[in-house]
Amino acid sequence: MKDQAILRIVTKLCVPFILVFGLYVITHGELGPGGGFQGGVILASAFVLYGLVWGGPAMREILPRKVTDVAACLGVLIYAGVGTYCMAAGYRFLDYTPIKPSDPGGAEAWGMTLVEYGVGITVSSVMVTIFNEMTEDPPAAAGPAPRA
Amino acid sequence: MNGFLLVDGILLLLVTVTAVAAVVVRNLLSCAMLLSIYSLLMAIVWVNMDSVDVAFTEAAVGAGVSTVLLIGALVHLGTEEAPRPRIHWPGLATVAATGALLVYGTLDMPALGDAGAPVHVNPVARAYIRQDAPKAANAPGHGGAGHGSGKEAHHGDYFHGHVPNQVTAIIVSYRSFDTMFETAVILTAGLSLILLLRAAPRAREGAP
Repeated sequence: MKDQAILRIVTKLCVPFILVFGLYVITHGELGPGGGFQGGVILASAFVLYGLVWGGPAMREILPRKVTDVAACLGVLIYAGVGTYCMAAGYRFLDYTPIKPSDPGGAEAWGMTLVEYGVGITVSSVMVTIFNEMTEDPPAAAGPAPRA
Repeated sequence: MNGFLLVDGILLLLVTVTAVAAVVVRNLLSCAMLLSIYSLLMAIVWVNMDSVDVAFTEAAVGAGVSTVLLIGALVHLGTEEAPRPRIHWPGLATVAATGALLVYGTLDMPALGDAGAPVHVNPVARAYIRQDAPKAANAPGHGGAGHGSGKEAHHGDYFHGHVPNQVTAIIVSYRSFDTMFETAVILTAGLSLILLLRAAPRAREGAP
């Protein structure tokens, strides 16, 4: 679809704003509507939009498979790591108090924020992975894809 | 007439028409579009019911990404549905029975906006609604340094979640275990997809 000028220019204009909005939704999940999951999906939709217009290979030059694979695992690791850190500091698993023991309310907010980042990273990477794997042509060994 | 009721009535009509159209239409691309419209309408319904977080998810996932993924799958599958009998009676009976059960279940639910609904009088919900200070505020009386290693009494301030968005507070604080394993489920879905669909590097090199 990259030979259509309007589509190409509108996409290039939109992608940065979608990315910023996705980051905003992730980082402000505890203040307004949204959170890691919704923001992650919005982030992923920016890459998916780019991939739809410019093609999957062009998108994977910006966001290689290795990055999404590692990031998907990293998100869960951040989430579980926050919980394990709390446990190592002598509190219960995912009791966010040790992050800032002088101010449990602030610690709670910080813990939630970190955990939301983890969720956002995992969700956006997995969504991009799903797009990558579903839209790619199947390997030649499996025969040509039936097209209508 | 109540404005919300009017909007809800119109939305219900539109949602029903879209859902029926999505089932009836034969072209799968149109079907994906109709499902996207359906999700967008449902997002408006959620906003109308003041559940903004659900609306956000519905709009981002239902109307956005899932539509794109459906279209991505249609690229490989073709957009024409295989011929089939117009009415599949066992399926229709199952769907009708499930729908009747769901409607029967709603009969026990409190009215929309009922202040005496269990969700409003539950102590957990009350604790969250009360503690809606901004996250920067270090208000006295909320927690404080006295919060020990989980052995002390919490004086009714168990959650000390200084987070305005109560939905987030519940999801990642009160039910943080649940959310962690939901995230793990999403990761598992991604990993399964990689294992099933991604060609092994050797096979890809060998491909002409």
